[in-house]
Formats: sequence, structure tokens, C-alpha cells
Amino acid sequence: MDELKRTPLHDLHIELGAKMVPFAGYEMPVQYKLGVLKEHLHTRERAGLFDVSHMGQVILSGDSVERIALALESLVPVNIAGLAENRQRYGFFTNDAGGIEDDLMIANRGDHLFVVVNAACKTEDMALMRAGLEPKGVTPRLLGDRALLALQGPAAEDVLAGLNPAVREMRFMDVATVELVGADCWVSRSGYTGEDGFEISVPEDKAVDLARALLAHDDVEPIGLGARDSLRLEAGLCLYGHDIDTTTTPVEAALTWAIQKIRRSGGAREGGFPGAEKILAEFDTGASRARVGLRPEGRAPMREGVEIFAQEEGGTPIGRVTSGGFGPTTGTPVAMGYVAIDHAAPGTKLFGELRGKRLALEVAEMPFVTQTYKR
Amino acid sequence: MKFTEEHEWLRVEGDVVVVGITAHAAEQLGDVVFVELPEEGTTVSKDDEVVVIESVKAASDILAPLDGEIVEVNSPLADEPSKVNDDPEGEAWFFKMKIEDLSALDDFMDEAAYKDFIG
Repeated sequence: MDELKRTPLHDLHIELGAKMVPFAGYEMPVQYKLGVLKEHLHTRERAGLFDVSHMGQVILSGDSVERIALALESLVPVNIAGLAENRQRYGFFTNDAGGIEDDLMIANRGDHLFVVVNAACKTEDMALMRAGLEPKGVTPRLLGDRALLALQGPAAEDVLAGLNPAVREMRFMDVATVELVGADCWVSRSGYTGEDGFEISVPEDKAVDLARALLAHDDVEPIGLGARDSLRLEAGLCLYGHDIDTTTTPVEAALTWAIQKIRRSGGAREGGFPGAEKILAEFDTGASRARVGLRPEGRAPMREGVEIFAQEEGGTPIGRVTSGGFGPTTGTPVAMGYVAIDHAAPGTKLFGELRGKRLALEVAEMPFVTQTYKR
Repeated sequence: MKFTEEHEWLRVEGDVVVVGITAHAAEQLGDVVFVELPEEGTTVSKDDEVVVIESVKAASDILAPLDGEIVEVNSPLADEPSKVNDDPEGEAWFFKMKIEDLSALDDFMDEAAYKDFIG
């Protein structure tokens, strides 16, 4: 096995008492001294600091941002050419079968695009972008010299404004270059917890300074991957490789909101991305299954892999849980998964098979918690 | 008190054995969010899965340490699973079992041996 990579914050994690685990080829903190449950609640009540430096930070450069955006639209079914300067948008790479190769954030930074991809997909994403973009005169460059921190929670604005008040002007999905601890940081007002907050790309030699400056605030605790997962699950957000993958289409995954009208049938830049025919047809015909929220009625968490049935006895599975666990904020088990389309309406009573028993669960609206984005 | 390699503690109380998990095990599990207890009166064999514990991280089973009969379960734990983290070797016992021969307990580790076992 290859040796695990470390982020620029590795030694700080150890100093803070983190329990380190292998994740996507990196040695990452799964939890600190507070433990997953309290870290989760702290993030929702005050602010949590996450090291997400394992994710891939990629600059797409070319003659003009318009040209770069149009090139990326050949891989991503999102209105990127219409993305204003200093704005960010969620998207995904599709494949010829209409499945999802990875999901990503795309930012227009004036003369280039800055994208952030999942750690586990970095290599494949770079290959995909080189093959798809270089012939169009666009060069993707994976950055190896920047860390990525996320500061999330209701106190995030006050905390970060303590280092530079300019961040108060930012709204949800704005991006800006902001000086923090003497370094040029690329800040976006976004995250993956359902809370207001920021993601901060910082030069690696300033990453520890920035993390320490943020942790010095009484409201901030370091938060590990364990709580990151329960936070994003409660927020109804997909985890690539679990809730979405190469076999799930955007329509099945209930991600049609991310495909703007201009890229759909009848739009000015309709199609033109891998799997467009299948995906656009599904907008009209509907998919045979859908990603839905699931609320187990009892206290037992239903985790990834639990099979879902329409009846309490007999029959064949009509779906499967793709992410699930205990929601510290809801105080109940929460899950998401795919179910056959005729069982996908919120309120539908279904059963999850756990340890040989069928336990009641209900199709539920997501998110499970109220999002507090600063729009 | 005796200890198993499955990180259970066993305490003799009259003619029954009280079973719980060690503080070390509770810490490794993380925050416990769900406990499923057996029915009182169930006859169990050594290594039967008798209790399900779920933490924020994962599900795990508690095995019957010996052959015997479950005579009492700590029902309030099902409503307050976090007690397993708060007081694993006290209030958060799981079940009491009756076994044929209490001398079978001699085969388990004592506290010093368990401390060596977990390093």
C-alpha cells in the first residue's frame, strides 16, 4: 500500500489530540477530544474548523474565462458561462451513461476558474479534464502548495471577520481574495454542513498560522471527518461514492436543480455534455428511482447498505440506504437512499431490513435541519 | 471483577453475573446512540450475539461470555444509550445472567491482566 499523504496541518491535528485515520490516501483527523457527537453540535451552535486539504484544488487557465467556462461546460451540465465573476456554483462531471464521475465546486475568479474536487477522485478528474479541456486550449493545474480549511457554523462570520472584516460583505456562494494572517487567501462563502460558513484556500506555509488564529477564538473547535459526515447527512448533501456515483444519474439523484434551464432541452446551450441524451430525456420521462430522505421510526440507525422493502414481510427490495446514521441535531436516526419512483413520495411508509428484522421508516423531505446560508 | 477479550466486564452479584463493557471499549466505540437488549428469560450460548450497540461510528455486538440464562436486562439504557459513555463500568450494565457454575469465571482475565491486554 502506498504511504499515506499528510496535509500541512498534520502536526497540528496530533497536537490537538486528533484520532487519525486513512481517508482517500491521506492521514486525516476523524475526531478530536470532544468526540463526534459534541463536535457536530458545536458546529451547529457556534463554529467548527475542518481541514479539507485532501480535496483537489484545480486552476483552469486559458485565453479568457469565457473560453474556459465554455470548455468546462463540455464536461459539466451546468451554466458555467453564465457564472458571474466572484461567484461559485455546484456541479458534477457526467459520463456517457448519464452517471456522475465526481461532484465539484466551480468558482469564477475573474481570469480563470478555480474548482475543488473530491480527494478520492483527484487523479481521474485530472485525466478527465486534461482529455476534455486541453484540446480546447484550457489547461488544468492541480495545486500542491495550498491547504483548504472550512470554517462552518453560525459564529463563522464573526470569527473570520475578526481576521478581516471584508468577509462580512460576502453572500452565500460569493468568492473573493482576502488577506488573512498576511497571506492571500481564496475565500468562498460556502461549505458542506448546511450551516453558513466559509471555505478558505491558503498557501500551505501559512495554513497552520491561519488555523491557530481561528482556533484561538472561543467559539471555534477543530472538527473531524466523523462530524463532517453527520453534518452533511443532516443537511441532505450527497457524499460522492455513496449517494452518487458513476451509475446514478442527476435526475435519479434529485440534483436537477444544479442543471440550469440553459443546459436543458430547449435552452440556448442545451446538452453538449457526456450522457446529455440520456439525462435530458430523463427530465421528460422521469427516472425509475429517486434519491430520497429516510427517517427510521425507531432509534436504530440504518446505515449504508440497508435494504428497503415496501412490505413488512416478503417481497423483494425496492431500494437501499446509501448514507445513514444518527443525527446529533435531530436526535434521531437519519438516512438517505434510493427507492423505486412509485415509493418516493414524502410520507411513504417503508421498511428497512436490519439484522434480519424489518423496521419502519418513512420517506422524508431533506434537509433534515434548516439550512442557514447567508443569501 | 473479570474481563473478557471482547472488552466485557463480568461482576458476580449473588448467584448471577452482571455484564457490561469496559471504559476502554466505550471510549473506542465513541458516542453510543442505540442499545438493543435481549429478552429476559432467554437462554444463550457462549458467543451468541445478545446486545447490539450502535455508536455514531458503527454497530457492534456484545457476545454472551458463557452459556446461561438472561435473568434481567437494564431496560433504561435503551432510552438513554449515552449512559454507556458516561458510566460504562457502573450504571450502564447490560444484562444479568445465571450460569451453571460460577467457577467458570476463573478462566477470564483479572483487572491487571486486562490492563496488559489493552496495552
